[in-house]
Amino acid sequence: MRFVDEYRSRDSAQRLSQEIAALLGSRAYKMMEVCGGHTHTIYKHGVEDYLPEGLTLVHGPGCPVCVIPMGRIDDARFLAEQRDVILATFGDTLRVPGGRGSLLDAKARGARIRVVYSPLDALKVAREHPEKHVVFFALGFETTAPSTAATVLRAAREGVRNFSVFCNHVLIVPAVKALLDSPDLRLDGFIGPGHVSTVIGCKPYQFVPQQYGKPFVVAGFEPLDVLQAISMILRQLSQGRAEVENQYTRVVRWDGNPHALALIGEVMELRPHFEWRGLGFISHSALRLRDAYREYDAEKLFELPSLRVSDPKACQCGEVLKGVLRPWECKVFGTACTPETPIGTCMVSSEGACAAYYHYGRFQRRRADGARPL
Amino acid sequence: MCLAIPGKVIEIVDAGRQIVKAEVSGVRRNVSAELLGEAGQADCVRVGDWILIHAGFALARINEEEAAATTRLFQAMADAYADELMALRRSEIE
Repeated sequence: MRFVDEYRSRDSAQRLSQEIAALLGSRAYKMMEVCGGHTHTIYKHGVEDYLPEGLTLVHGPGCPVCVIPMGRIDDARFLAEQRDVILATFGDTLRVPGGRGSLLDAKARGARIRVVYSPLDALKVAREHPEKHVVFFALGFETTAPSTAATVLRAAREGVRNFSVFCNHVLIVPAVKALLDSPDLRLDGFIGPGHVSTVIGCKPYQFVPQQYGKPFVVAGFEPLDVLQAISMILRQLSQGRAEVENQYTRVVRWDGNPHALALIGEVMELRPHFEWRGLGFISHSALRLRDAYREYDAEKLFELPSLRVSDPKACQCGEVLKGVLRPWECKVFGTACTPETPIGTCMVSSEGACAAYYHYGRFQRRRADGARPL
Repeated sequence: MCLAIPGKVIEIVDAGRQIVKAEVSGVRRNVSAELLGEAGQADCVRVGDWILIHAGFALARINEEEAAATTRLFQAMADAYADELMALRRSEIE
């Protein structure tokens, strides 16, 4: 499918493309799109086709399925294999390889795993199966954490006792900071995540311009949104400014959603550190349930193995997640590692950089001046 | 994972628990509106409002024009939208 069908949008894309080329001039800049949703948009719609040669987009770690370490998948599998336990999970996690195989493998061997759309659906499964204990495999950034928090509160309010949460919620700001501190990655600006920012707002990103001097533009998920955000970053760079700007004003408020943030704060607290696939341990980068909600915390109710599992040797997801390697530069990309039989997490989720490249076959950069019709 | 889709509130199912029925491309499902504010507050969601839905919860209230633009986008993203709509179809929030 092509980038845009409407002529008006086609004109806008062309206009933005020209504007970007003019702003960039002969310079070379590297920008990171933090969110996997943007990675998906960029490759699905061929956004890079409209970018000049000097502009490189680096794919960030904003895909919760991609950054979950193998040991946590093994823990989820351990939970699913416990007697009288049903593991309720988002569908995205099923194919993620753990050290002992995926949840899909576990399901095939008889583990009780239920795919749900919402943590509230997991709570419903618990109500319908009072003889079982239902563990919700909670993961996601701040977009998803308030839903888990609200569900725990509802379980407590309604006195549901056979329900708990295996909490793996991660935070975007510490991840961005870890990338900025990483010596092997030099970035000139950030395309900020859209839906995470509906919750946290734009203020938490202010350290990026203030401490690191880099522009940060929160963007929507339309191809034109991404192009516009790039143009806004370039405009800042050309004017010597570094600020947080909000391109996605139609959805994101500057202060985010204070009520959702309050719910997270009520139920969850920061973990001292958490392991991210590819990025290693990052301080204060994830959430766990507060002690007041310990009866809903699967980590307190079950003795999890919590083993640290190294990524397979062949897998270079870490380098891809840090933007050091392009997906197709990985040794096993498209050969040993495919969406059907993924070795690494970046090939699993549709928001993973490798899966996006694989599906849309964009191994080569094509350019705006390459006379490819819109 | 962080995909959120716009829907229109068509019914207040349970005001106390802030459960509303939302319609997304013809699919009608219950959604929790409790992330938008306390029950009974002035900023509570109303029938006819457009909301951005993620994992069974309304994350934000959006205006209709914005909702239409976002829906067009997701329909253009075809498969991601279809996956999300399929997942929503599976939901049975009470």
